[in-house]
Amino acid sequence: MRHLLSISDLNKSDAILILDTATELARVSDGQVKKLPTLRGRTIVNLFAEDSTRTRISFEAAAKRLSADVINFSAKGSSISKGESLKDTAMTLQAMGADAVVIRHSASGAPQRLADSQWMTGSVINAGDGTHEHPSQALLDAFTIRKHLGKGGADLAGLKVAIVGDVLHSRVARSNVLLLNLLGAHVTLVAPPTLLPVGVESWPAKVSYDLDEVISQVDAVMMLRVQQERMNDLFFPNAREYSRYFGLNSQRLAMMQPHAIIMHPGPMNRGLEIAAEVADSARSVIVEQVANGVSIRMAILYVLLAGAPLEAGSN
Amino acid sequence: MSIALSASDISRALTRISHEIVEKNQGAENITLLGIPTRGAHLAIRVAQTISTIESREIQAGMLDITMHRDDLRMRPLRAIMSTTIPSVGIEGRDVVLIDDVLYSGRTIRAALDALGELGRPRSVQLAVLVDRGHRQLPIRADFVGKNLPTSSNQSVRVHLVEIDGADEVLIEGEG
Repeated sequence: MRHLLSISDLNKSDAILILDTATELARVSDGQVKKLPTLRGRTIVNLFAEDSTRTRISFEAAAKRLSADVINFSAKGSSISKGESLKDTAMTLQAMGADAVVIRHSASGAPQRLADSQWMTGSVINAGDGTHEHPSQALLDAFTIRKHLGKGGADLAGLKVAIVGDVLHSRVARSNVLLLNLLGAHVTLVAPPTLLPVGVESWPAKVSYDLDEVISQVDAVMMLRVQQERMNDLFFPNAREYSRYFGLNSQRLAMMQPHAIIMHPGPMNRGLEIAAEVADSARSVIVEQVANGVSIRMAILYVLLAGAPLEAGSN
Repeated sequence: MSIALSASDISRALTRISHEIVEKNQGAENITLLGIPTRGAHLAIRVAQTISTIESREIQAGMLDITMHRDDLRMRPLRAIMSTTIPSVGIEGRDVVLIDDVLYSGRTIRAALDALGELGRPRSVQLAVLVDRGHRQLPIRADFVGKNLPTSSNQSVRVHLVEIDGADEVLIEGEG
């Protein structure tokens, strides 16, 4: 593996290798060891052309725990805000000797463009591109599910997962559907029809419009953020109605199976897609997802950068 | 290909190493056994069982993964990382005995010393190996050796253990 652009680039054994590596690396974060020498002398650039808290901090922490040098680069305060093109930015990074670029971009396909071009030779890691994919988030979600519900198995065979909310705009949902399916889990998407993308019937997932029907069946429920910054249209009448039909509140929490877990990729709109008391309940693994994010991103960096360099052009 | 050590040779060597570890440390009170995955970890478990019998008390073995500390990661295809498990007695102030199957360049042990340094400060670190095949590239030596096998660097030494390979034997492959 040279780049991580989309979950569809992974096969099952790649995905399990990343999860297993993260499992071992999680002990690094838990124990006294906070830093490993593995990527000493390598340069990782965090190129964030769109806002992010968790993903950027988590990639930065992951790179630093592996002793890599980290350069943070965000649109605000850089030449991107002066209108510099992706190509010129990439060539600048190449000139600085970046071994890997972690890119978050509002345009779907920007990481792919960077990887396919001859602008730079390093690895490209997609940290969320437009409404396309967010593979590291899907991997950390799968890691979290496996840790709680995997019963020691390598994959997620037979587990039922509901992904609820704004699937239309969600790169997290796209990556998660692909990865959960790859690992053998059964995914049900729950959303109002206006928040489901065209062609959803071709996804490897079931679709439901009724959260109450699905909630009692699943092992994990993943709530998606209502992306107010992408809501340029009338997708639902008002927030209260959305919350009543598709929000996770304490009544629905009570309907869930006793072992089932609640997930959210963050940032949460408390009171909209998830009630505050549910987000803070014992069943919620939302804070743990953030901690797992560091381990999974260490694993991604390790898998992409630690071995012998691959020939340019191969992935 | 020739058999350098048979199953009974391996068994006798491990028994002797176990006795030597106890003798050198005047008992097993302060020792912590750590095997280097994968085969070293199984050897450590066997040594722990033998020492437990000798000393009539339960001695645990742990394992120490050194992958993240290797200096040749960039020169080879990706290595999967293994588990590290430290026995409940810990390593702080203990006499740690590292156990591996083959001692060759010494680079694995150098990485192990670094990995150990991240976890704590043992009182001493000792090294036990089943086979020492020479050709050291670093100033490292073993305290306990099952068998010294003079080899040429063109040859390869393969250790097979029941737990992984179904049989106990040490093979030398290639022409000297």
